[in-house]
Amino acid sequence: MKKITFIAPVLLLTAFLFTSCVKDLDVEPIDPNIATKNNVFTDESAYKQALAKLYASFAISGQTGLGGGNPDISGIDENFGNYLRQYWDLQELPTDEAIMAWDDATIKDFHYQTWSPNDVFLTALYSRIFYTITISNEFIRNADEAIGSASGTFLSDLKAFKAEARFIRALAYWHAIDMFGNVPFVTEADLPGAFFPQRITRADLFNYIESELKGIDVDLVAARQNEYARADKGAAWFLLAKLYLNAKVYIGTEKYTEALTYINRVIAAGYTLDGNYAKLFDADNNTSPEIVFPIAFDGQNTQQYGGMTFLLHASNGGGMPLYGIDGGWGGIRTIKDFVSKFDITESNFASTTQYQGSDKRGMFYFDNSTWQWEITNVSTFTQGIGVTKFKNVTSSGGAAPNAHVTFVSTDFPMFRLADAYLMYAEAVVRGGSGGDISTAVGYINALRQRAYGNSNGNITSADVTLSFLLDERGRELYWEGHRRTDLVRFGQLTNGSYIWTWKGGVKNGALTNSYRDLYPIPINDLNANPNLKQNTGY
Amino acid sequence: MIKPKEVNLGGNLCNSIMSRLSLMHSKNRTIPAKFKRRDNRGLPGKFVIVLVFFMMHAGSLLFAQEVEIRGKVTSADDGSGLIGASVLEKGTANGIATDLNGEFKLKVKRGAVLVISYIGYLNEEVTVANQTYFNILLKPDVKLLKEVEVVGIGYGEVKKADATGSVTAISAKDFSKGVITSPQELLIGKAPGVIANSLGGAAGAGTKIRIRGGSSITGNNDPLIVIDDIPLESSGISGMSNPLSTINPNDIESFTVLKDASATAIYGSRASNGVIIIKTKKGTFLGKDQESKMSLTYNGNFSLSAPAKLLSVFTGDEFRALVADRVANYGLTSAALDQLGTANTDWQDEIYRTAPSTEHNISISHIIGSVPYRFSFDYLYSGGILKYNSMDRKNASLAVNPSLLGGDLTMDLNASASWIHNNFSNTDAIGSAVEFDPTQPVKNGNTRFGGYTAWTELSSNDPINGSPNNIATHNPVARLEYRDNQSDVKRFILNGKFDYKIPYITNLKATLNLGYDYYKTEGKDITDTLASWAQREPENQIKEYTQTKINSLLDFYMNYKTELGINKFDLTGGYSYQHFHNEGESSNRAWDPTVSGAKTTPYKNEYFLISFFGRLNYTLLDKYLLTATLRDDGSSRFSKDNRWGLFPAFAVAWKLTEEPFIGKSDWFNELKLRFSWGKTGQQDVGGSYYPYIPTYTASTSGAYYQFGDTFYSTLRPDAYDANLKWETVTSINAGLDFTIWDKRISGSIEVYKNTSDDLLNNIPIPVGSNFSNYLLTNVGSMENKGVELGLNVTPIISEDFSWDFGINLTYNKNEITKLTLVDDPEYTGVSTGGITGGVGNTVQKYFVGLPARVFFLFAQVFDANGNPIEGLYVDKSGEGGSVAGNELNKYAFKSPDPDYLIGISSKINYKDFDLSFSGRISIGNYVYNNNASNRALYQNIYNQSGYLSNILTDVRKTNFSTAQYWSSIYLENGSFFKMDYISLGYNFSSFFGNKISGRVGFSVQNVFTITDYSGLDPEVENGIDNNIYPRPRTYMLSISLNY
Repeated sequence: MKKITFIAPVLLLTAFLFTSCVKDLDVEPIDPNIATKNNVFTDESAYKQALAKLYASFAISGQTGLGGGNPDISGIDENFGNYLRQYWDLQELPTDEAIMAWDDATIKDFHYQTWSPNDVFLTALYSRIFYTITISNEFIRNADEAIGSASGTFLSDLKAFKAEARFIRALAYWHAIDMFGNVPFVTEADLPGAFFPQRITRADLFNYIESELKGIDVDLVAARQNEYARADKGAAWFLLAKLYLNAKVYIGTEKYTEALTYINRVIAAGYTLDGNYAKLFDADNNTSPEIVFPIAFDGQNTQQYGGMTFLLHASNGGGMPLYGIDGGWGGIRTIKDFVSKFDITESNFASTTQYQGSDKRGMFYFDNSTWQWEITNVSTFTQGIGVTKFKNVTSSGGAAPNAHVTFVSTDFPMFRLADAYLMYAEAVVRGGSGGDISTAVGYINALRQRAYGNSNGNITSADVTLSFLLDERGRELYWEGHRRTDLVRFGQLTNGSYIWTWKGGVKNGALTNSYRDLYPIPINDLNANPNLKQNTGY
Repeated sequence: MIKPKEVNLGGNLCNSIMSRLSLMHSKNRTIPAKFKRRDNRGLPGKFVIVLVFFMMHAGSLLFAQEVEIRGKVTSADDGSGLIGASVLEKGTANGIATDLNGEFKLKVKRGAVLVISYIGYLNEEVTVANQTYFNILLKPDVKLLKEVEVVGIGYGEVKKADATGSVTAISAKDFSKGVITSPQELLIGKAPGVIANSLGGAAGAGTKIRIRGGSSITGNNDPLIVIDDIPLESSGISGMSNPLSTINPNDIESFTVLKDASATAIYGSRASNGVIIIKTKKGTFLGKDQESKMSLTYNGNFSLSAPAKLLSVFTGDEFRALVADRVANYGLTSAALDQLGTANTDWQDEIYRTAPSTEHNISISHIIGSVPYRFSFDYLYSGGILKYNSMDRKNASLAVNPSLLGGDLTMDLNASASWIHNNFSNTDAIGSAVEFDPTQPVKNGNTRFGGYTAWTELSSNDPINGSPNNIATHNPVARLEYRDNQSDVKRFILNGKFDYKIPYITNLKATLNLGYDYYKTEGKDITDTLASWAQREPENQIKEYTQTKINSLLDFYMNYKTELGINKFDLTGGYSYQHFHNEGESSNRAWDPTVSGAKTTPYKNEYFLISFFGRLNYTLLDKYLLTATLRDDGSSRFSKDNRWGLFPAFAVAWKLTEEPFIGKSDWFNELKLRFSWGKTGQQDVGGSYYPYIPTYTASTSGAYYQFGDTFYSTLRPDAYDANLKWETVTSINAGLDFTIWDKRISGSIEVYKNTSDDLLNNIPIPVGSNFSNYLLTNVGSMENKGVELGLNVTPIISEDFSWDFGINLTYNKNEITKLTLVDDPEYTGVSTGGITGGVGNTVQKYFVGLPARVFFLFAQVFDANGNPIEGLYVDKSGEGGSVAGNELNKYAFKSPDPDYLIGISSKINYKDFDLSFSGRISIGNYVYNNNASNRALYQNIYNQSGYLSNILTDVRKTNFSTAQYWSSIYLENGSFFKMDYISLGYNFSSFFGNKISGRVGFSVQNVFTITDYSGLDPEVENGIDNNIYPRPRTYMLSISLNY
């Protein structure tokens, strides 16, 4: 009995102690910077912060400034895994507009058009596209929940927020349909977890993007009326017009008339050409009346080595003027085939390093004492022609707003009026109704008068051929992330009739196989998701 | 004839007294003194023998001519009295055991010779002449002491001979006598199945330990370390390259490495990579001896470290010739010539130094009242060969071991405090020193960069004082002078263990163990504004950080032992509660307070582990042993549904030498066969504290986004896996422990197979399914199979000369058996092994059916003369085109892990001298020479932005111009033999009379390396050799004194 009387209270005590302690395993984060789903959306400002993440997804790739430290996606260096940086690379490097000198992984394969499904850069952009879609879905779910009990301005704000989230998602899906074709498909109905998203065909995805962009029109803020850098009706129309203009490529059906409908809406919305072409790519381009939708950057507040910081640094080097940055990384420059579209040759640089022809849109650098016009060694930055289009100084040459020596404040003009003018002309030439050739000529001449500073460059309706339009798009929009899509639409990216330096991996250029008009589905996702199929040819 | 058996007399009186007598007689008669075997008897046994002898010889004693003598037997080690030492009149059975004070009284014949013996000590003989009081000093028998009698197995101890699991014990006597700054270094090359590699040559650098290959792919592969019953937090701490270097190696009594699941399962969810139990030294309990002599020990050393090998680069003159040649013959732009200087600077020489280190350690072991204690104070200054790099450590520890209630309550109280100051210097200087143009002087008279030569922007047109070129190499000396990166770390470990023998119930014991581990670091990393790299991100000029980690522990368990006839039971059951708290912040700002962008990032998190555990040790007939262990672990890192993990283990052992058909003999002293099966787990998901909870992370300043004129902090939903659960490892192990040939050879052989399932793996997930493209989830399986052999041999032992030799062999084969949720034969593996050079370049992969991290490279094509052809590889896929643009042409080559690892150590004692060495042979470890692939390229000589870079002379082997990162030419066999240390010592026992004994020693560490590897050092982490801090060669003088 003695034993039992001794042991019983000990056992009871310990049993009590243990069961109360076991509850400690139910933890809630104690970090003030981490919120749980249960306590994150306490007020309207939290919704705006979550919305800001959707936009920021294009500009920076994590939650920490100064080059990062808390990335959104893995498998690649945080600064390389930047949406805009890889979007730019994949749209420009395979084309006649840009070539890369670096040895980073497989980055040279883009200009050579020899990329493979396990390419890290390709995987990074694909991952970022779907990352943006997934967090947009999350936002839409949360906004939906809140809309049920909201009222007054909170309700109207939430509706606009939600419509913008759907715009961001449509924009990301447009990148997906344009570059990868038949991709995984998730909407707000798919809760996060471990599952295999269904594959969607290009045709079905086209219909989805179209219906989404039409569907949000009612809730989006009127064109040019939203806060700077937020999407409005104008942005959605612009994207819809882009979708229709490329419909032949995406679904095999021409939709030039529909394209014209929305181009006309954009043009009628009150955007105006900037009087100064160069300003569109300067650090004060946020005040330009021409930009319909930008990706915003800021030297002090939006800091990473991706995005515009990449574009300005990587395109600088070999003695090029710095224009507000602290040095060049010597990566991207253009090739003689592209410069020749401005009627510029090596001899123009005999006595100057920054020759400009009568078309002032061509902004190039070439030092004939240290640079080489022909690219014999792709890894040597000073072979080729430098591009000085983007600058981190204001249009008056002053310091950028919130200037930082490394991180730039220049915004990326994703959609701007001049593009709409050229799309108008193209849709007309391709047979769309809702526009006419004389208006098209007027639009093109408006751009060329700005470029020449006079009417010397003006054209007539007889000049407006498809090949002229492709070249003119290059001259007006080079390095703005349109070139690959344009070349595909004009049938010239891979096999067509157009070759350029180092296309196909050979110095004088070679045609490549047309299956490369589409990028492959990255091997990581093919492996992870049995619902997917590789694109033809890979 | 059946050889007489040696019988364990301790505590077992069941055996026949007669058999013991015959044993004693035969032993005394047939075995020469120098082969005297280890006497395994405990105290009661001794008394019995002595008693029996008295009885037998009672008659003869009455008639002899006798004298009564008295004396005291003390240990030469620490001067303490030896209790129960045997004092025998030689040639007779007349003898007695010493009492609690080590004293004895005995009547002997005049002129008799007394033989004094004690377990673990060399026998001593004295002749009885006129003297009647004898002070007898016994010297420890080094050969015998190396065997640790009792080994810690977690929540208890077991006699080594009764251990059923795979347990390797290493005691202080086996430790290397080199410059040891952290406990892990003591393990290098010492135990089979344990691979310990130092992570470079920096002062206080860490050591990576892998037991049986590591069970995880992306999860933690570090073994659990338990110091004095406190399982430590596994993750590191900012401002300290090696958290364990806060522990003073001088305080360590022993390591016990638990390898198989039977041994480790008691630690459940943290045990899948093995467990290392560290026991620190205690105050010794000597009974009620009030006058026990104080033991005072001093250990001190002074050492010098110098670079052992440096990378070979071009000298200034060679470089000038090289640039001229490239311009003249290979089309390099002549602009490169304009940048050449006239100096001849050896940049590596400028940044390295011969570094002094010193350590002083004093320990006192004594008794206050009846309470034994040990106090130790240690001062260490460890200098790194990179200028300014050092670690400075003060450590004080106190162990107090009182016992109360007539010995029913024993307490084990430990307090240890460390204060560490690290000066990390700037390791960026190492790479810069290899690359910086050797034709440039250290200083060029500029005013902008404090005189230190810096590359400037071409466009600024001022080569001396122009804007710094940010992508150029920065001056290695300026790297050191202009960056001040230091930290202060405090660590306190408090631990109280209370053992209480429950009254009224025989052999029932309750143990309460309380632990508290507090760790705080404060660091500053300051870059001078004169530094050429300081302007790129001015807001990073001053970086400060603090971190506090607190690990608190409560264990309560009960132990009950009983014997029922031929059955013995030893039952332990308990509960463990552990809480880990981690918080801190980092901040950065510019020197110039008007520069905005300063930010502070705080963080705070915690997790809990709660466990119930039990263990049964069952012994039948003293020869069949069974251990069953069960642990139920709860971790706050998993959701309610997956939170608890049950980890069972079983082991059986058979002491063959207890069987009559083998029996104990001079040949077979001990043979034990073991077999075990068990499951352990892993819950360590790295930095994720809440991986199953949907969370949102706000962006910090610098990661804001603009709407209108306002910049918003953004809110990001984080990826999570609500179903995350334990990684489990199932292991089976068979082992044979043996002690043969009169204990001259002892060792064990083990065969094992560990299967890891539900690997905690950070893998690509289907995009669109979660808030990232990678997610930490349970997927994949891996196997480690291996054989281990540990051997300790004593080829020679005599009074003056002894030689001990240890060898351990590890063979481990690692194979990934599953990587995906669905079986997919097309699956192409997961890339890993990032290299220096470019961004995002990897050279390794995880493949099903291959070892983890196999190299994945193109097969280099060579010309007729055997020279590699740049950019030409074997077209494995047969698809033609750009071979290097097609990943299908890559081959999976060798693994970075060695097939065999052999550790050897030897110790020779000749009279008062000792000579020891320790070395390692690693066979079949492959190394990717990233230094060569990235720095031995002609392309690097001149950069378009106007600067020159030195390159490795290795370029002569490949003649490659542009980077060929995936060429198989950079993959080399890294097999090596390393002589880790050689040490020579002189031992003295009589200094200042007989009061002080000690040793003076000289040792060399990192003596030499034999290898075919062409790079700096084939011992690299994960097989990729890039920019490691070279391991120095160290020469050390040491002295230890015992009072």
